[in-house]
Amino acid sequence: MSKISLRGLRHSYLDNPANDADWALKSMDLDWRDGGAYALLGPSGCGKTTLLNIISGLVVPSEGQVLFGDQDVTKMPTDQRNIAQVFQFPVVYDTMTVYDNLAFPLRNRGFAEDDIDVRVRETAQTLDLEKTLFNRASGLTADSKQKISLGRGLIRPDVNAILFDEPLTVIDPHLKWVLRSKLKEIHRQVGSTMIYVTHDQTEALTFADKVVVIHDGTVVQIGTPIELFEKPKHTFVGHFIGSPGMNLLPCELNNGVPLFAGQVVETENGIHSPQECQNLEIGVRPEFVSLSESGIPVKVVNVSDTGPHRIVDTRHGDVRIKLLITEDESIPADNVHITFDPAHTQIYADGWLVSEASK
Amino acid sequence: MSRKTTNQKAWLFVLPVVVLVAFNALIPLMTVVNYSVQETFGNNVFFFEGVKWFEEVLHSERFHASLLRQLTFTSIILIIEIPLGVAIALTMPRKGPWVSVCLVLMALPLLIPWNVVGAMWNIFALPDIGLLGKTLNSMGFDYDYTQQPLSAWFTVILMDVWHWTSLVVLLAYAGVSSIPEAYYQAAKIDGASSWAIIRYIELPKMKRVLTIAILLRFMDSFMIYTEPFVLTGGGPGNTTTFLSIDLVKIALGQFDLGPAAAMSLIYFMIILLLCWLFYTLMMKDEEK
Amino acid sequence: MKRFTWAAPTFYIIFLMLPIYWLLNMSFKTTNEILGSFTLWPNEFTLENYIAIFTDPTWYNGYFNSLTYVGINTVISVTVALPAAYAFSRFRFLGDKHLFFWLLTNRMAPAAVFALPFFQFYSAVNLFDTHIAVALAHCLFNIPLAVWILEGFMSGIPKELDETAYVDGYSFPHFFVKIFIPTILAGIGVAAFFCFMFSWVELLLAKTLTSVAAKPIAAVMTRTASTSGYELGLLAAAGSLTIIPGAFVIYFVRNYIAKGFALGRV
Repeated sequence: MSKISLRGLRHSYLDNPANDADWALKSMDLDWRDGGAYALLGPSGCGKTTLLNIISGLVVPSEGQVLFGDQDVTKMPTDQRNIAQVFQFPVVYDTMTVYDNLAFPLRNRGFAEDDIDVRVRETAQTLDLEKTLFNRASGLTADSKQKISLGRGLIRPDVNAILFDEPLTVIDPHLKWVLRSKLKEIHRQVGSTMIYVTHDQTEALTFADKVVVIHDGTVVQIGTPIELFEKPKHTFVGHFIGSPGMNLLPCELNNGVPLFAGQVVETENGIHSPQECQNLEIGVRPEFVSLSESGIPVKVVNVSDTGPHRIVDTRHGDVRIKLLITEDESIPADNVHITFDPAHTQIYADGWLVSEASK
Repeated sequence: MSRKTTNQKAWLFVLPVVVLVAFNALIPLMTVVNYSVQETFGNNVFFFEGVKWFEEVLHSERFHASLLRQLTFTSIILIIEIPLGVAIALTMPRKGPWVSVCLVLMALPLLIPWNVVGAMWNIFALPDIGLLGKTLNSMGFDYDYTQQPLSAWFTVILMDVWHWTSLVVLLAYAGVSSIPEAYYQAAKIDGASSWAIIRYIELPKMKRVLTIAILLRFMDSFMIYTEPFVLTGGGPGNTTTFLSIDLVKIALGQFDLGPAAAMSLIYFMIILLLCWLFYTLMMKDEEK
Repeated sequence: MKRFTWAAPTFYIIFLMLPIYWLLNMSFKTTNEILGSFTLWPNEFTLENYIAIFTDPTWYNGYFNSLTYVGINTVISVTVALPAAYAFSRFRFLGDKHLFFWLLTNRMAPAAVFALPFFQFYSAVNLFDTHIAVALAHCLFNIPLAVWILEGFMSGIPKELDETAYVDGYSFPHFFVKIFIPTILAGIGVAAFFCFMFSWVELLLAKTLTSVAAKPIAAVMTRTASTSGYELGLLAAAGSLTIIPGAFVIYFVRNYIAKGFALGRV
């Protein structure tokens, strides 16, 4: 068991990538701690699956290295890497029984039948597949099939990391929850690294210890779910995670102090060097906006009830600002003003959080 | 998969098809049935003969011989064409410009009129001026399809392989190319060998198209007429006289309408029966 | 092993091309050269055979006759098969399964069985030696095939498409023509391709049902081969020309062939 590192990784599916847009992955340096539970989060087509396939060896990167521990495995074929992968759609060998499906990877690697039998039964028990062990795999439900796909990875004693590529896409909603808890449980039991690709933030945030957010072929942030929520490093993260996403307000700078609607906005970070003064935005989550007597004047456009909260949609000029209020808070009829919680208000330049180092 | 609704008005949609096909199938079929139970001495005078012609055909050695030749021919070409077609489909490129090149070239024999196929092979296999015949003879084989039964059979079978293997290739290729990429990726991760990929992924996924390929090849080879007729005329002697050739000889050559009609019906029944048998056997496994 | 996988398709294609090459080779040779010597390519290259064909109306009319009845047949087969396939793919009705099976059995009927009755029947209704007779006769095996292929394609299209259209206020004919047919265009292409193919290559029925006015090119060839002795060069040229329409059709549908088979569970 060892950590997985990516060094200077770039990948393009074209032979001669000409411009930035031709690269599916743009320069990545990442370390995956051994035994960690990671989620790769990002919208469809952002390069998540490419990254996963590079780790498992299905795709050879155009540039850069993949290291398992200290060993360079960039060009090593898939079957020699200690990696298992579960795909979006369940892959089972139709003509085989569940038992033979599970035994398949071990038989291919020349294990003795006695050992195989022990491991198959163990794995089947872990995944609750014992009852259907001798049924044809083709007749099973989607979630059982997905369990078999997972089982073929778990059964190998040598597996270093298990990669999941949106594995719950075809599973019924009520079973998604069950399978996800099962995955967490297995992670605790087996202790191998797990990397879980998804575009669903709930899935990512509940499964992973660390979430890697990818946008347009670039890693924009790696962090715990709380870090992603409270301190998004990029406006994309702020917008993509959270429901509703972060409010982004264009602002001007006046003597190093950000101004919005002619009023000074207190932020947690600040701007000091004038080169950074491009496309400045103030980011604040709806959770940290509140109604008040004074502050920024806004017009209430819409209020929607989501149960524990109400989402208030307001507008200042052309800028929309959303905020969350509790059920019993009342909204003044006119003269509405809002304020931001300074501890959770950040300033972004060109989409990126202005770093504290420059403060 | 489909949730169909019951709707008797759907018959209106089917009606044109039923009328056209019935017009083509039932009226001639009735004519055939009619002939098969009658005797005629010309002048459009007919006598009812019952099942006499059927008995005669079923007991005739000529029919037995043709049927045996037909079964032998069909078995041989199925044994050659199906595995060959599958093998070629599996080794064909899956993407890139060569795919269309392969498909277009391979489909070419399928669209050549059947008697042109016969004529083409006739010329190709001529022992003195045909490329195949000349080559075989200069290699020391005593080859002449117009004179020797063995040469004739070899040529007819080679011609059918040439003509129809592509259909199996196209079907099998369609089956293979509809397999999602994830299956191959999973197999790589499971460490499967090339053979295991063929055995456990590609062949099972091709099963349905292969069933169709086998059925089509069976039906069409059982009905083969034009190509061997043009190539060998059923000869030398009767050695390549298959059922259809024999039938046409009896019906149009000798104008023995009664026996020809009875033979037609028996022939048709044999095809139906064998198709049904094939189909049931191949689908039985599926339902388990 | 992977490195040599190109070998099998390559050898197979070479095998396919050899007889065709030989036919072309013969078609450019003079009768003297054909009979006098064995040459791998024409030494005295000549276009005489082709000129003979293009100047003789029996020859070129043969092509028009063939293409006419093939065209009529393809149009009829696909047109009547469309609503029928829709009915089979969407509705359950009295006798549907038996009907479908009965249609398919017609695909299994040997043409030789039907040749004589067809001859008598079409003579009786005064259609003998017309294009429409051959086109109708070929419907026997092409309609079942077209229904089979189209039914496969249509079953692959979710019923929600129909329902959404009705909710949006489309009438059935409007929906069928404006929405449904464009959706299964690939399927129609594949079905038309197969109808064209089987009608174009069939000869037994076409020959039986025609004498002069609608005689197909392929039948003209047989006659030439037998009446005017052994004019191999002419025969080869005519044969080579019959490959062209097929090659054209394949070229246009090449991208649909594999996909069409796969989608249409043919």
